[in-house]
Amino acid sequence: MNIGTLLGALAALTLSLGASAAQPVKIGMITTLTTKAGYLGEDIRDGFRLAIEQEGGTLGGVPVELLVEDDGRKPGKGRQIADRFIRKDGVRIMTGIVFSNVALAVAPKVVRQGVFYISPNAGPSKLAGKGCDPNFFNAAWQNDNLHEVMGQYVQDAGYKSAYILAPNYPAGKDALAGFKRYYKGRIVGEVYTKLGQSDYAAELANLRAAKPEAVFFFLPGGMGINFLKQYQQAGLAERIPVFGPAFSFDARILKAVGDAAVGVKNGSQWNWDLDNPANRRFVAAFREKYGRMPTLYASQGYDTARLIGSALKATGGKPEDQDAFRKALEQADFESVRGAFRFNRNHFPIQDLYVREVVKDDDGIRNVTLKKVFSDHGDAYADQCRM
Amino acid sequence: MWLLVEQLLNGLQLGFMLFLLSAGLTLVFGVMNLINLAHGSFYMVGAYVAATLSGAGMGYGVALLGALAAAGLCGLLVELIVLRHLYRRDHLDQVLATFGLILFFNEGVRMIWGRQPLFMQTPAWLGGSVELLPGVPYPLYRLAIIGIGLLVALGLYLLIARTRLGMRIRAGASDRQMIAALGVNIRWLYTLVFALGALMAGFAGVIAAPVFAVESGMGESILILTFVVIVIGGIGSVRGALLGALLVGLVDSLGRAYLPRLLGLLSDSEAANALAASLSSMSIYLLMALVLAIRPRGLFPA
Repeated sequence: MNIGTLLGALAALTLSLGASAAQPVKIGMITTLTTKAGYLGEDIRDGFRLAIEQEGGTLGGVPVELLVEDDGRKPGKGRQIADRFIRKDGVRIMTGIVFSNVALAVAPKVVRQGVFYISPNAGPSKLAGKGCDPNFFNAAWQNDNLHEVMGQYVQDAGYKSAYILAPNYPAGKDALAGFKRYYKGRIVGEVYTKLGQSDYAAELANLRAAKPEAVFFFLPGGMGINFLKQYQQAGLAERIPVFGPAFSFDARILKAVGDAAVGVKNGSQWNWDLDNPANRRFVAAFREKYGRMPTLYASQGYDTARLIGSALKATGGKPEDQDAFRKALEQADFESVRGAFRFNRNHFPIQDLYVREVVKDDDGIRNVTLKKVFSDHGDAYADQCRM
Repeated sequence: MWLLVEQLLNGLQLGFMLFLLSAGLTLVFGVMNLINLAHGSFYMVGAYVAATLSGAGMGYGVALLGALAAAGLCGLLVELIVLRHLYRRDHLDQVLATFGLILFFNEGVRMIWGRQPLFMQTPAWLGGSVELLPGVPYPLYRLAIIGIGLLVALGLYLLIARTRLGMRIRAGASDRQMIAALGVNIRWLYTLVFALGALMAGFAGVIAAPVFAVESGMGESILILTFVVIVIGGIGSVRGALLGALLVGLVDSLGRAYLPRLLGLLSDSEAANALAASLSSMSIYLLMALVLAIRPRGLFPA
């Protein structure tokens, strides 16, 4: 071998070394950016991006590249994107899915292929219980949590009877089951409405006739807007207090509901006014960058990014070292914007849960934190998880 | 007892709401033999424009006029640019093209207004409720919907039965070639009918905006009901649309109100509850199947 080839080979070697050092870790985000629910994915993505930007294009000091794709709320499309992420882009870390049915189609499949999936939203019971997986993490909540906290709150507040409503689909049934797990008063009506229903006059008339002391509902998106507007127009808002999970009362929905939402109490793991340094920094930065209030979804996207950052930092940016990366994720060594946060044995959060109240003040209609209801709350399915 | 009266009112109100939408749809089908899936898009445009104008501080009247103008204009443009080329085509082609229009309008609304659903205040003089029945306050706005629906039905009847334009519309529906041979500009007649349909859908949108969520895709959830209405009423018949709408409104409302209770009497189990929820969601489709079994072309075949 002459000296020229040797030098050439050396040069090539250094070049390729240099290239691999600068190669960012790819994070695949499959989320819902279109359809009516598109703003959920938009906020998760924007929160996630904010975290990357704050660290100058890195997470935990490791350069990252965020690939974002829209699943259109369709499980099949989610699977296709996941396949492409894994095969074509070599993605080892995935996140982003908003809806449980998409998550159930995608997450179990990708974790089997040695990919880490960190959910910023969907937390179906199946993945928290029997279907839990060492490579699956949820950085938001188990689906029942935000209903459970309202059950406990309505119970503590001494309401003796409740009328409860949800759409007639699996998540609706889970929601009411979660509420009933902690509410021990009398249920004077348990109603499952049509998915996508616009008119609630018939339900409201029955509700009035049943004379409950409290109303709990889970009607995500437009259904909740319809229900609340009509609830107020029917003159019920002054008579029977309404309770629900945070999903029907995020900053964007409040704008569309207007005064009809004022006074409603809702359960959440996060609010903009939670007093901790990480949250203050997050809310200020989000408002400055995007010109709107962050929703809980944005906070979840942001936390998910920073959780991934903590694990990248601990492993020197090597998700392919699975055991080390998993251990680092389990530590959850990051400052969550919701305050105390750690993982349960099923890789779902143990966290505090709050009740917020919708108020109208000089800054418009918004949520203020009323009370902490659960401290270090896990979920009902962790015991079924074997891993 | 009063509850039943209240539920009947709810049914009537939903029925008139559906009538406003289905009258335009059935007219377009009857006269032009065109299936227009994008009818709900005009409803959405009406609601969005009304919510925007009223959000900008304009009165309800201005919002209404602006929304009607916008919906009518959209109808006009859609007819001139797209549908005009589809009259001679198969119904399947029309379904495909108008489905495309739905996607176009939904995405267009997202581009202009964003994903944030809009808010629209009930006009102050229609806010509040009246104690129509002892102890049961009924929202004034919902009563107004019933009144408006009646007026529109009357107006449409007069338009179709008593005016020259109405005569041409009826003639166009029964024999297209003959009316063209008699020197009526059938193209413009079609454009006019279509714009009228769009206008009525936009009107329904304005009425719906304070009650329902104003969001992209809001037209599709109600469009399905509207199609059930016109199938029950007899496709192409405005009278059928009125009767069909009231039937669907009543069956849907009363089903949702009473089926769970009726089945609860039979058994108190989870299964009865689940069955009631499914049955009340299905009730209008059962009604449709029943009507079609007895009168295959609807109640008032055109």
